[in-house]
Formats: sequence, structure tokens, C-alpha cells
Amino acid sequence: MKAYLGIDVGSVSINIVVMSEAGDILTGLYLRTMGRPIEVIQEGLKEAAAAVPPGIEIAGAGTTGSGRYLAGVMVGADVIKNEITAHAVAASMRVPDVHTVMEVGGQDSKIIILRNGIVTDFAMNTVCAAGTGSFLDQQAARLNIPIARFGEMALSSGASVRIAGRCTVFAESDMIHKQQMGYQLPDIVKGLCEALVRNYLNNVAKGKEILPPVVFQGGVAANVGIKAAFETALGMPVIIPEYFNVMGAIGAAQLAMEKAAGGNSTSFKGFAVTGLPYRTGSFDCNGCSNVCEIVEIYEEEKVIGRWGSRCAKWDVI
Amino acid sequence: MSKVTFPRMGESWRTFKMLLEDLGNEVVVPPRPSKRTLDLGVRYSPEFACFPLKILMGTYLECIEMGADTIVTTGGVGPCRAGEYAMLHQKILKDLGHNMKMIVFEPPRHYPINFIRNVWTLNKARISIGGIISHIKRAWRKLQALDSVEKLSHVTRPREINSGNTTRVYRKVLDWIDQAYTTPQIIEAEAAALENMKNIPQDPQRMVLKVGIVGEIYVLLEPASNLEIEETLGNLGVEVEKSMFLTGWTRDNTWNETTERMTVTEAATPYLPELVGGHGRDSIGNTILCAKRGFDGMIQLAPFTCIPEIVARTILPRVSSDYDIPVLTFFLDEQTGKAGMSTRLEAFTDLMRRKKLLQLRTNCLTG
Repeated sequence: MKAYLGIDVGSVSINIVVMSEAGDILTGLYLRTMGRPIEVIQEGLKEAAAAVPPGIEIAGAGTTGSGRYLAGVMVGADVIKNEITAHAVAASMRVPDVHTVMEVGGQDSKIIILRNGIVTDFAMNTVCAAGTGSFLDQQAARLNIPIARFGEMALSSGASVRIAGRCTVFAESDMIHKQQMGYQLPDIVKGLCEALVRNYLNNVAKGKEILPPVVFQGGVAANVGIKAAFETALGMPVIIPEYFNVMGAIGAAQLAMEKAAGGNSTSFKGFAVTGLPYRTGSFDCNGCSNVCEIVEIYEEEKVIGRWGSRCAKWDVI
Repeated sequence: MSKVTFPRMGESWRTFKMLLEDLGNEVVVPPRPSKRTLDLGVRYSPEFACFPLKILMGTYLECIEMGADTIVTTGGVGPCRAGEYAMLHQKILKDLGHNMKMIVFEPPRHYPINFIRNVWTLNKARISIGGIISHIKRAWRKLQALDSVEKLSHVTRPREINSGNTTRVYRKVLDWIDQAYTTPQIIEAEAAALENMKNIPQDPQRMVLKVGIVGEIYVLLEPASNLEIEETLGNLGVEVEKSMFLTGWTRDNTWNETTERMTVTEAATPYLPELVGGHGRDSIGNTILCAKRGFDGMIQLAPFTCIPEIVARTILPRVSSDYDIPVLTFFLDEQTGKAGMSTRLEAFTDLMRRKKLLQLRTNCLTG
């Protein structure tokens, strides 16, 4: 049976999906990047290879996320796609009449507006991290609450505390102030969820027309407190798809499938790449006054990819 | 003898160098803005100032190291604070111990005496008025040649068969125009340059998207300040048309406010009847004009904290929905990482391509 591989290499998590031609998810892995994308991709692929049913042939591979080029050259991807397109494709596969996609990930958050099945507008957070998962992670750690329990705790609150959401620095000092005044922890946590949502809607979604159905995906969609805050703020239900935390990878797999449908054979190197030694190196290019730092990735002592230059000088391998 | 320098904006330095030398000045050519330019500019500029002030601050400091003692720059009318930058630069440089002579050109229509006095100061060779006029005319012709070659590069790049070909040929032909001196030489070099660009192997079947770029003039004209967005778009298969060229802008602001500018203002008036300074109103007007011409999308470039462009940014979503044209805004500052911009540009290109394919399909079915 033919199947398609999708890999989403984000700053916080790496997601690997093997999807059948019918669109069934055979494996969906959510792994923490932990600053070591190469190792985690290799381990993840090993795990995925062991988990898929026997007799599966990978007929195409796609990568997305901020580490898409790295993953792309490692596995031999047929499609290397930006995460906005990948998330939009996945959402419209799972919820065919979707009009709004809200994605909140580790380091970035985005909104994608679709009409009649095509993307008509999108935005990504640009200047601040106050509307992202990292902010919640950090505050949960500071309050000593496991991030998995964060949402439930917010739901248990009866009255939220207003917390400034514009900037993480303001939010943190506001939170400390409120906690020292004696507010209950659940109320503060609920206030924090509302602050994140307010910031997302004011900053990322500003000027966009949010129409239902609204799909909420990305790692933060696991947080029921945020979901509830979104529903209250928007005054409409928010759909969380079954595989909300690996939607980028699903989109990448779908795009690889579309590419393969055009009759192209895959350049996927096979799960064998999990055993190959990879290493990276870097050097300064002195070609001009920009002095770009060029990063190279080696597979068994052979350069397979380069990044970091402002011109095309080092693009050709 | 004094050494003269000026702000760098794309390839226009080739013209200004020639003109200033013709008038008998020794010229320090401003280097292409680099990381070092940024470092210097950021260190010695107010934190809240916009990106062009910082880049120019860095450029001037680099030029001073190369021996410059006179700076020729432009002022400006209207509420944009860039009109005060020449004085601010001079004060900061003075604090740093550099007593620079600043020659600030205001729009000659409003300040004719300023124009004549400045030209006279720069006329070291004591050339006759007729001589000066003919030098300016020739310099103008060179600026037009540089602009026309650049425009063509935006057409050939998305269609080129061998990636990188356009950029290589473009660099080569720029030198030809640079070396041309007399008007016939400039015309000949321009023709040869255009011919060479047209001969780049191209794929006429390729579906090329057309995008207009609007925004603040400095980040529009200096590729080092906009992360070479035109080249990136060209490589993604997008033909770019900038709303502003130095020949266009200078024409509008020197001899006459031409019909072209009137239409831009007219187009913008229903949305923004006031002059908000800088090019805020032009960004709106040009978006409308491009939409009417059937462009696939628009990109707005603005320095972070630029008020005129922030005003335009808040109005553009309405223009975008009224005229059914996607608009993407970039606020530029000292960040040099290209990844964020590339991701958005790729997604924007996907968006426009899918929209266009859908339109083509619908047209086939209905017509």
C-alpha cells in the first residue's frame, strides 16, 4: 500500500506523520525539538518506521516548518513547503468548508483566512511572543504548574483576573502584582489565557474577518482554557481537529501526495537515513562586507545543504 | 579639496557620482549597506527613529572613515519626520566630533533659492549655467537608463530558465552604463544592456504572477534595506513592479506634479483625503491603480514605526476587499534573517497562484 510522509520541524516540536492515500493517519508523532532537530528527526523516523503496518511503501515525502530545508535535504523531500500553506491544506482536508484557521505554535502564531477552499489572506505574529506557546510554557513553569494541567485549572476558575497581554514583560509583572495581592491561582491562570487570546486577536488577527467554521490547531490547541477563552472572545464555537498538533505534517504529506499524483517518482531516501551520521559546520563568507555566516550540513562527510547567505553564491551544492 | 558623499539608494549612486564629479567635486562613493553599517547606525541613532535614519547614519560614518567631509542629501516637505533627518544627522555627527558640511536639497518648486544656492556651492569647477544644465540632463538620462534596465530585470527574472542568470547579466550590464559618459554613449550602453537582458533564455509558457510594491521610498529603493525582496520574489516566479523609481519620484517633485501623480492621489482620495506625509497616500493610490490593471497582489514595505505607512496599513485591508486584491505588509528594521520573510512570501505566492488558477478555471467554464 502507498503512503506519504510529512515532517513539520518547528522550534518547539517536530511532528512526523505517515498518511495513507485515503487520508488515514497511520502514525502521528509529536516530539519535542529540544534544540536538536537532526537527532530528533532521526529518532522520530525510526519510531515511525517501526509503527507503520508492514507492506507500506512511502511514495512521497514533504517537509514544512522553520526547519523544512534541513529536514528536506536529510530525507530527500519531494515537497518543501512553508507552514502557512501546509496548515491551510491540512485544515481544509479535515474540515472542508473551513473559513478561518487559527494556529498557535511554540514560537509563532498565525491566522489563515480561506474562502471557497482557497487561502485569501493570512498573517503571522511579527514583533512579539506574547501570543504563543512559549509564553504559556514559561509562565506555567514559573507558577510550577505542569503545562498539561494549565487549561483545566483555568476552567475551574469562576472569576478571571485581568492581566496585561500586550507584551510578555508587562504580563509577567502584572501577574506577579496580582498574585502578591492574594488572587487565587486558577483565576490568574484564566486571566493569562484570556490575555493570550486578546493579544492574538489584536495583534495577529487584526483587520481580518473571522467567519465560522473556525479551526484551532497547533500545540496550544491542547489547552482547554485557551479554547474556552477563544470561544468567549469570538462568540462562536471553535473546532479542534483530531490531529490538531500534527496538522502541519499532515499538510506536508498531502502536498507530497498531490505532487506524486502528477506522476513524479519520489526522491525520498528511505528510513535508512535514521542510521546515517549527520553533522553541521559553519564558516564566514568574506565575499563582501555582509560577512554572512554560512551553515553547512554534511551527510557522511558530503555536503547536502547550505544556508545563511544573503546572495545565491553558496546555494549550489 | 573637500570630499563629497550622499545617501545610497540602489544603483543611483552611479549617476550622482558622475554628476558631482562633472561639477568638479571629489566623490566618496557610499558603500553598500552591510552588517557593519547597521551596527554603526544603530549605535549612534535614537532607538525610536526609523530604519532609513539608522542606515544613513551608518553609511555617513563609513563615508567619513573614507575621507568624506561634505554630505549632499534631500530634505522634504510634509509631515514625515524624514524631512528633519539631515539636521539630526549633522547634530549627531557633530557630537561624535565630525564637523560635516551638509548640503540639503529641498523640492525646488517650493524652494528655488535653496536649489540655486546648493548647486552653486557644489559647482567647484565654476561651470556656466548652460554647462550645469547639460550635465544635469545627461545625469538624468543615465538615471533613466539605470531604471529601465532594473525594470527589465524584474520581467526576465521570474521567466529565466537558468536560475541566477538575470542577476549575473544585470550586474554585468550595470557596469556598461556606469562607464558610459556622453549622452550617445549612455543611449548606446542602455540599448546594449536591454538587448543582453532580453537574450536571457526564458520560458514563455511559465505562469508568472504580477505583484506591485508600494511603501516608503528608501526601503523600496535600497535592496540592502528590504532583504532583496525583488530578487526573492523573482526567484519565486513573480514579476515585480515598484510603484516608485527615482526618475519617477524626482520628476513628480521637481518640474511638475504630473498627471500620473494626480491619478494616484485621486485614486486614494476616497480612502484618505489628507496628506499624511511620506508616501502613505501613494501606497493606497498605487494599490488601487495596480488592482485596476489586474495585478495578482500587492506588497507594502515600511520601516518599523513609520507613521505614514502605518496609516496606510490600517486602510489597506478595506482597499484589499473592495478591489479583491491580496495585500501583504512587511515592517522592516534591523533584522537580517531572511527566513521569516521567505516563509511569508512563499505563502503569499501560493495564495496568489491558487487564486489565479481558480480564476482561469472559472473563466474556461463560463467563457
